[in-house]
Amino acid sequence: MASTTLYEKIWSRHTVIEETAEHPAVLYIDRHLIHEVTTPQAFAELEARGLSVHRPDLTTATCDHSTPTLPRRADGSYPYATDAARNQVETLEANCARHGIELFGWGSDHRGVVHVMGPELGLTLPGSTIVCGDSHTATHGAFGALAFGIGTSEVGHVLATQCLLQRRSKTMAVEIEGLLQPGVTAKDLILGLIAEIGVGGGSGCVIEYRGEAVRALSMEGRMTVCNMSIEAGARAGLIAPDDVTFDWLAKRPRAPQGEAFERAREDWRTLRSDDEASFDKTISFDAGRLSPRITWGSDPAMGAGIDAAVPPPANAAARDALDYMQLAPGKPAAGTPVNAVFVGSCTNGRLSDLMDAARVLRGRRVADGVRMLVVPGSEQVKREAEALGLHEIFLAAGAQWREPGCSMCLAMNGDGGQPGELVVSTSNRNFKGRQGPGVRTVLASPMTAAASAVAGAIADPRIYAEGSDAA
Amino acid sequence: MPHKLEPISTIVSTPYVLDAPNIDTDQIIPARFLTTTSRDGMGELLFNDWRGEDGAFTPALAAQSKILVAAENFGCGSSREHAAWAISDFGFRAVLSPLLADIFRANALKNGLLAVEIVPSVYDAIAAQPDAQIEIDLESQTIKAAGQEAQFDIDPFARRCLLDGVDAMGFLTSRISDIEAFEKARA
Ligand code: SF4
Repeated sequence: MASTTLYEKIWSRHTVIEETAEHPAVLYIDRHLIHEVTTPQAFAELEARGLSVHRPDLTTATCDHSTPTLPRRADGSYPYATDAARNQVETLEANCARHGIELFGWGSDHRGVVHVMGPELGLTLPGSTIVCGDSHTATHGAFGALAFGIGTSEVGHVLATQCLLQRRSKTMAVEIEGLLQPGVTAKDLILGLIAEIGVGGGSGCVIEYRGEAVRALSMEGRMTVCNMSIEAGARAGLIAPDDVTFDWLAKRPRAPQGEAFERAREDWRTLRSDDEASFDKTISFDAGRLSPRITWGSDPAMGAGIDAAVPPPANAAARDALDYMQLAPGKPAAGTPVNAVFVGSCTNGRLSDLMDAARVLRGRRVADGVRMLVVPGSEQVKREAEALGLHEIFLAAGAQWREPGCSMCLAMNGDGGQPGELVVSTSNRNFKGRQGPGVRTVLASPMTAAASAVAGAIADPRIYAEGSDAA
Repeated sequence: MPHKLEPISTIVSTPYVLDAPNIDTDQIIPARFLTTTSRDGMGELLFNDWRGEDGAFTPALAAQSKILVAAENFGCGSSREHAAWAISDFGFRAVLSPLLADIFRANALKNGLLAVEIVPSVYDAIAAQPDAQIEIDLESQTIKAAGQEAQFDIDPFARRCLLDGVDAMGFLTSRISDIEAFEKARA
């Protein structure tokens, strides 16, 4: 057999009908994750055509995007930002009930940001195909699953047939060597990589992240890296599963159990690109030389090391971005005053992220005038964080400890910034207006976000790590 | 009723040019408008935050055009199909860019919006002469613009769907017996 890549192995396991010149392949989907924002029109379409959900058992729902992160009111009601938001969640509830789809909604112990919840439950399995009407579905690629975001029409296709029409993607290998220095995290790694290859650098490709720096990452770190594949324009990100993956999956309620798990693991071990497999594109990247990263512009590639100067604008777009961000080239962004800090999202809302932030905040205070929101990625993350007492560290520091959800990552639930405010955010997108009209977003790791909250200005987390137990 | 698509064969119009790279779907339609549960009426929200006095988007001018032209990596970011709905509801029939984000392109083509990539030289010519008429012929896959003529690529299946005014759901549902056989074989 010819040498094949991991992508091709997963692809061929799921091809119902091969692609031809006339039509794309029919690709089978193992797990369809849905949420309230990108599904109502798909359910409506299904019903208009008289179709039913083909495999409700392979469909899993949660609500996360338009849900409030403030606690329930005394009367038990949820403090939605708008009636439209409430209607959207209630529409999802009704659609799930009507079609027999399991919903981890309000009241569930597992509700959470869809890409935090899926892996936590063990719904994300190596070698499987996973889709969701959400571009950060790439997160699940950290387990060696082929996972990608789809539009609402395609949500309808998967609901009706459990399949998608897909053309084979190109493949891109990113070889990441070297090891991350203390204070430098998976978030800094992916921000550094995107700055190098650009927001279109992975266009049309499925990226496979390889090399010693990737193998050394925890599952959480791998998810952070794969999560932002879309920010490099890639269709999906993949990491070959290994013992780190299997150990993580061994405790998950919806993963295979007992003997079935052992059998599955034998199969999962075969899920790697063959040594001789060729990729359409290969690049290498050195993780060892990275500093903590921040973005200075209005797309995720416009970034720099926190100790480096903001570069002179290379083009009109960069000039425009600096204008919007009110940052000057030629000097570091560090030291720029901060109005708000957000720790959360499917990029950095997992337990290890909250632990990183807590290490910086322990025994310190959020600077006067700075608002800090810590939003766990899921109910489970929230429970685990509280069991460790992290919430007490956040509250003692003057930060807000919220209910799980997407929150300020896309600011459609009422959480957000005010025009002109500068927000250091652990999320994935710094597009103009992403966190509210006129809000200036700086992407960073949880440690850098926490350090900036303490300093009241964009700050290098290593100054707080040194000489403390966080080092 | 299933969402009916208007068949497309040729589109002739002056372009509306947004000469900026990496225009993301948060610009095309900001997230705060995504709490809707219908797909109608989104044209009014297209580039909402780019409207107004100094804004880069002038609705009155844009409404005179059927062809939106933008610099590279148009439609990047969030997978929201609302972006394609908004562009098409506003009245555009085609989007041309030297590089289109994957999910955006797929979403557009599924909604009767002809989203295709043009070579940079054609883009430059259009950006330099935004008043010149553009002619897109889907049957022959050619674009005539600003004195240039070029071929464009489009997936043959998406092209067929656009020419016939049908969408992909019909194709998939007609293959349900193959899908069920696949499910049986791997169970
Ligand atoms: S946290 Fe942000 S990126 Fe992740 S699913 Fe929610 S809105 Fe999308």
